[in-house]
Amino acid sequence: MNALDVDYMLGLMPILLGYLPLTLQMAAAGMVLALILACLMAVVRVLAIPGLNAFTLLFISFFRGTPLLVQLFLFYYGLPQLLSVLTQINGITATIMGLTLHFSAYMAESIRAAIVGVDRSQTDAALSIGMTRGQTMRRIVLPQATRVAVPTLMNYFIDMIKATSLAFTLGVTELMGATQKEAAGSFLYFEAFISVALIYWGVVELLAWLQRRLETRLNRAYQR
Amino acid sequence: MIEIQGLVKRFNDATILDGIDLTIEQGEIIVVIGPSGTGKSTLLRCVNFLEQPNAGRIRIGDLDVDVARASKKEILALRRRTAFVFQNYALFANKTALENVAEGLIVVNGWKKARAHARARELLARVGLGDKVDAYPASLSGGQQQRVGIARAMAAQAEVILFDEPTSSLDPEWVEEVLGVMKQLARERQTMLVVTHEMSFARDVADRVIFMSDGRIVEQGPPSQLFSAPEDERTRSFLRKVLATQEAL
Repeated sequence: MNALDVDYMLGLMPILLGYLPLTLQMAAAGMVLALILACLMAVVRVLAIPGLNAFTLLFISFFRGTPLLVQLFLFYYGLPQLLSVLTQINGITATIMGLTLHFSAYMAESIRAAIVGVDRSQTDAALSIGMTRGQTMRRIVLPQATRVAVPTLMNYFIDMIKATSLAFTLGVTELMGATQKEAAGSFLYFEAFISVALIYWGVVELLAWLQRRLETRLNRAYQR
Repeated sequence: MIEIQGLVKRFNDATILDGIDLTIEQGEIIVVIGPSGTGKSTLLRCVNFLEQPNAGRIRIGDLDVDVARASKKEILALRRRTAFVFQNYALFANKTALENVAEGLIVVNGWKKARAHARARELLARVGLGDKVDAYPASLSGGQQQRVGIARAMAAQAEVILFDEPTSSLDPEWVEEVLGVMKQLARERQTMLVVTHEMSFARDVADRVIFMSDGRIVEQGPPSQLFSAPEDERTRSFLRKVLATQEAL
């Protein structure tokens, strides 16, 4: 067994970190878009809007029921054959699209559960003082649902950051793609991949720390 | 003046309210008693449209609503002329005592925040919680939460406050402080419709006691009359049971 080439790793880390912004940008864009889409779908499900409800169920079923990698290939390689406008689609866009649709399907269900989980008495009380349904949703139900949904949504965000690594299969040189190239050049596979693993791990730990702080703040009203 | 005519509420096949007629004068304090499951709470929830009644009319001042054909606007108007105190307090869990009371003033009445908060402080002081304005519901006792609930209802400046068993969820030690606040409101001639099992409150405070059974008003009258000389056998039987347990305490 050869000794671990620590010097190589120390030299590699800054190079890899240079690709971290792209990874985080794809995850952030995917998260924001997925959240918007998931909220819309959750409201459709909660209000059981005819037509849209059935479509939402089908959407969730498909994007939860198929692997993310398959979806990415479908968007990047498959769709352009079908729709000529999409021939321009680049790997980054396809990745953000895939992450958005895939994760919004999961997030819609956890947001819906959080909304439904807010006690009925909270709605009753808001309506009883003359608030409209919309005001009740905005000012009373959603803030309380947010507290319940945040831990699971943060989990999905963490998952999404790691899932950006699939973008390298679409030819995007992000964190994982860069590592792959560096490793192929140096043949120091273990050093390269343990380095990238440490970077992902560090980012996720940082987020977990932020999550704990956010949860403490959201739980402030519930301390006895 | 509040006038309820022929109010009917059905859940699936069960008739919960079977034609309720009730007139409440301004400043009148009415206590509704009766066995569990006779529709007392449903009556209050229908007046506030937390349940949609199937038939009847509700008139509050110049607002006259045919409940079966009530528009969204009428329902909102009706809710804004009534206020509700819940058995389980139902305080907004994400808001402080102050915000709970001020919420309606800001959102419904369109008051500026500073004005609403000043008013909320005043009301919380009146229910004895001047030192708890910044407390969240989870950190308050049941009695304190219910007093915030009453302050929130007072803030609405409704023509009538509907109390749905306001002390039933409370530990016995907190019942008196809540009844105390209600008695104070009664002295100020706030119109109140109260569903309760507290017979002493009914006897001491009510102008009129209504006995309900099986979705109907069986009999009504001043407490002195209803408690000492009930006419209907159902009323007598109910009072025997309830008074026996309450006096045993």
